[in-house]
Amino acid sequence: MATHAAHAEHAHAPQAFIWKYVFSKDHKVIGIQYYVTAMLMALVAGLLAMLIRVQLAWPEKDYTWLGKIFPMGYDVGGGFGVMRPEFYAMLFTMHGTIMVFFVLSTAPVSGFGNLLIPLQVGARDMAFPFLNGLSYWTFLPGCLVILASFFVESGAAAGGWTSYPPLSALKGAVPGSGTGQTMWIIGMVFFIASFTMGGLNFVTTILNLRTKGLSMFRLPLTMWAMFLVAILGLLAFPALVAACIMLVFDRHYGTSFFIPAQIALNNVPLLTQAGTPLHQGGSPLLWQHLFWFLGHPEVYILMLPALGFTSDILSTFSRRPIFGYKSMVLAMCGIGFLSFIVWGHHMFVSGMSPYLGMAFAVGTILIAVPSAVKVFNWLATLYRSRIRFTTPMLWAMGVISLFISGGLSGVWLAQAGPDIHLHDTMFVAAHFHLIMAGAALFGVFGATAYWFPKMFGRLMSEPLGKVHFWFTFITYYGTFFPMHYIGIAGHMRRIYDPYQYEFLKPLQPINELITMSALILGASQIIFFVNFFWSAFKGKKAGENPWEANGLEWTTQSPPPHGNWPGEIPEVHRWPYEYSNPDAPRDHVMQHEPAGAAAGH
Amino acid sequence: MGKLQGLLFALATVVLVVVSTAYFMKPWMPPLLSDRGDIDHAIWVALVLTGVVFILTNLLLAWFSWRYQDAEGARAIYWHDNPKLEWTWTLVTAAILFVILFNALGLWASINGPAPADAALVEVTGQQFAWNVRYPGKDGILGRTDFKLASQENLIGLDPADAAGKDDVLLLNQLYLPKDRAIRVRVRSMDVIHSFFLPQFRVKQDAMPGMVTEVWFTAKELTPPDKPLEIACAEHCGLGHYRMRGQVHVVAASELDAAVAAAAGQ
Amino acid sequence: MTARTLEQSPVHHQGADVPPAGPGAGDGGSGGGGGILADPARLGLWLFLGTITMLFIGFTSAYIARRASAGWGGELTPPPLLWVNTLLLLASSVTVEGARRRLRRWQPGVAAWLGATGALGLLFVAGQVAVWRSLVARGVLLAASAHNSFFYLLTGLHVVHLLGALVWFLVVLAKARRLRYTPGQDGLGLFATFWHFLGGLWVYLFLLLFVF
Repeated sequence: MATHAAHAEHAHAPQAFIWKYVFSKDHKVIGIQYYVTAMLMALVAGLLAMLIRVQLAWPEKDYTWLGKIFPMGYDVGGGFGVMRPEFYAMLFTMHGTIMVFFVLSTAPVSGFGNLLIPLQVGARDMAFPFLNGLSYWTFLPGCLVILASFFVESGAAAGGWTSYPPLSALKGAVPGSGTGQTMWIIGMVFFIASFTMGGLNFVTTILNLRTKGLSMFRLPLTMWAMFLVAILGLLAFPALVAACIMLVFDRHYGTSFFIPAQIALNNVPLLTQAGTPLHQGGSPLLWQHLFWFLGHPEVYILMLPALGFTSDILSTFSRRPIFGYKSMVLAMCGIGFLSFIVWGHHMFVSGMSPYLGMAFAVGTILIAVPSAVKVFNWLATLYRSRIRFTTPMLWAMGVISLFISGGLSGVWLAQAGPDIHLHDTMFVAAHFHLIMAGAALFGVFGATAYWFPKMFGRLMSEPLGKVHFWFTFITYYGTFFPMHYIGIAGHMRRIYDPYQYEFLKPLQPINELITMSALILGASQIIFFVNFFWSAFKGKKAGENPWEANGLEWTTQSPPPHGNWPGEIPEVHRWPYEYSNPDAPRDHVMQHEPAGAAAGH
Repeated sequence: MGKLQGLLFALATVVLVVVSTAYFMKPWMPPLLSDRGDIDHAIWVALVLTGVVFILTNLLLAWFSWRYQDAEGARAIYWHDNPKLEWTWTLVTAAILFVILFNALGLWASINGPAPADAALVEVTGQQFAWNVRYPGKDGILGRTDFKLASQENLIGLDPADAAGKDDVLLLNQLYLPKDRAIRVRVRSMDVIHSFFLPQFRVKQDAMPGMVTEVWFTAKELTPPDKPLEIACAEHCGLGHYRMRGQVHVVAASELDAAVAAAAGQ
Repeated sequence: MTARTLEQSPVHHQGADVPPAGPGAGDGGSGGGGGILADPARLGLWLFLGTITMLFIGFTSAYIARRASAGWGGELTPPPLLWVNTLLLLASSVTVEGARRRLRRWQPGVAAWLGATGALGLLFVAGQVAVWRSLVARGVLLAASAHNSFFYLLTGLHVVHLLGALVWFLVVLAKARRLRYTPGQDGLGLFATFWHFLGGLWVYLFLLLFVF
């Protein structure tokens, strides 16, 4: 029934520009809208990161010139400009918030999920196209609210991306805890609403609209990733909604969910006029539990799609079937399940019961097993392969490299003991930038180069792509690997001027190195944007299947028409990883090829 | 083009392994001054174990990208399953992690175990943006505090009506630790979350408003009088988070009271 | 020869444990066998209910943790009107089933039973508002104690969800009056599921707040 409905709709593709490209219900258009919005948000968040890095390397220098560009962020007077500490807090808060939610959850999941799910499962569109369009138009206001918060009085939220109360709950605690924090909450609610609509669509489409012959164990690993990510999102995000609602009540209606009684801000006790405590018995730890109950699955929401992309790209360009398909699926399911029971490892030194700390350490160590299995499977896939080093392949290799580097430091942090020393230091920043942010970002770049034909019908420039990869790969390591060392040396996170501390003064040269690397990293992203827009309009035309890949998305035109396949939806006869079968005439057999037809070529 | 990329990737990976290994060999940890050497040991074990895996997997990655370039007419092998191999690496990984976990839990339990009965006592109360340090004085009992009494003059809201508080000694951003005698630190906060961090002692404990958490450890080395160490705040607590800095002095256990009294008298 | 090997190889390599008629192997899950996997709307609704459930599990965990802590404060006694409201909402679940049964048997009165459901739902909302007003008049304020805060928060959120259901109700009612539903399809099924869910949620919240 659903297929028929989609079919009927396919016959009536909208013609007016506004319905075709703006308020579209076509999953491909929505995917591209999400993707482009996320990448523009990435520009903003990346710029914030550059300002953070400049401040960390040379806090004593004169920033009059930056003060002219960001008058709200710098105190300029007497020919000398310094960053305001509250601006620094806004920078890292908003960098984290935008990157985690509005870039790295959005581009891989909402962007590529929407683009790829119907194409890879063989459907005309998502299960609920209207809901899908609505989800983008819920997401966009969230972005705008978050961006606008920089320009309200007292600036954007400044309580960290985790918004721990009481800092985020008491308006007097930090300047950004006024209107900025309110807008942060509004932006998050918009984002979560949109992500939930997307999640409903993802699960339903993958379960219900698979084409004939496409059993769950014939799905590309990208689809498994999207399926799991959608479920994680549906189950985990409500906890943050609950926490945000309670935070709103604490902030505006005087309740005490997170605010304890015993608070004296600036030496003034928080009392009513009658002399009784203004708040009663709230617990800041409660917020942390609720936040990280979302926050940890969220990490995997960022990462799983990238792991899926990597598997698909790796198999295509190594011309080898992915090794251990079933164990890959099981590993992702295991990671997804375990991600719900490890949130407390963010709270080892929070004052939470040490027994709970033990339980969370167990779960966290366990999660390393499926992660290691994935790496071994990838390495086995490369063994005696025939690697074609295209741009997407380079990014996929980069994901593996980052996943190894970032994953291993997780074993340090998972042990609650070492975490006492390393918690809230740059070591943690190194760890999650490599594994979560890096893997997700490299995955997105790889997926962009790989599926660009299905977005715009053209190929991205290979030389530009490779230059972009090498600059990014080297400077990414140059930026984040040295953070391990200064983290071990005790360098705290979120420090406006580290050199107030004697023991951090010797680390300044490393911070300078990191910053120089980061500035090159930031600047080299210009190559990507040039390549993206140039290729979208002027790139080499891609045929249906430029990479000689096997998935269903490569059986239709580039870009696919409205309704995805001009004729009937192809039927599936095998898994998508049939490369280099010695019995087949070509080195790859596509999913839709009937056994006889493939041999007849 | 492809050949060059494969070589480059192999080269980059080898350089990464060599450079990062060389740098990890350097003594990054701040010099250890407490009895929490087990943390350093656990970090060292983790470094060696993950280091070996890091080097091996990266060298494999480099080797594969150099060795298995696409060539005209050649085909990759068709091999996509080997349950025995997969079970082996899964179980071996799990076994290694189990050992790590076993050690980690033991370490965690010993750090969170009860303090020795003869431990000294000090209270550290974080507030925007300073550390209030309080010693119990001769009676060994910390006097009652009430946040309602907090003011510019009474930062932590010490209750003047409580006799036990009369001899309490209050210091601002100055912490004195006895050498070779365990010390219990009651960590509190007046306003938002702070984190009491002593890098050289491997101590970190969040200061939660509305909660009292306690950590204990033993300082093992004296600090030169003119070169105190530092208390850092490790949890973002507002504008002045970066300068929420205190000083730590380790003195002979017998001189602790005198040193504290002298500091308070200044 | 090659053809036969090829035909076998995917099946062979996929392993015998992939049944040819797996969930996706039939006709793409689009109709036929029935069940939730053949009905995107139903699956979507259940997923949505799962999400709402997780939201209230989040609140429940907060409630339980808070209740066990020292700063709980005073207890709130349930206003008697809450019992009436509970009965109203439970009755509305009965009437929606009545409408559904009449639709299934193609008997008249579908719209009337449906209308009764909406009216009861609206009465419930009015009743909840009356409860809040009487409490406020008695000086039982939101921020005065943790129990009060949770009471207003959870009942308020429940009413918000119920208002959403009432918007859906208007759509369903309009369709029923125009005889858009045919007896073969369970046209009211999804709406009834959501409505029962909110009834169940209310009973759960009532028990959580005042019994446990």
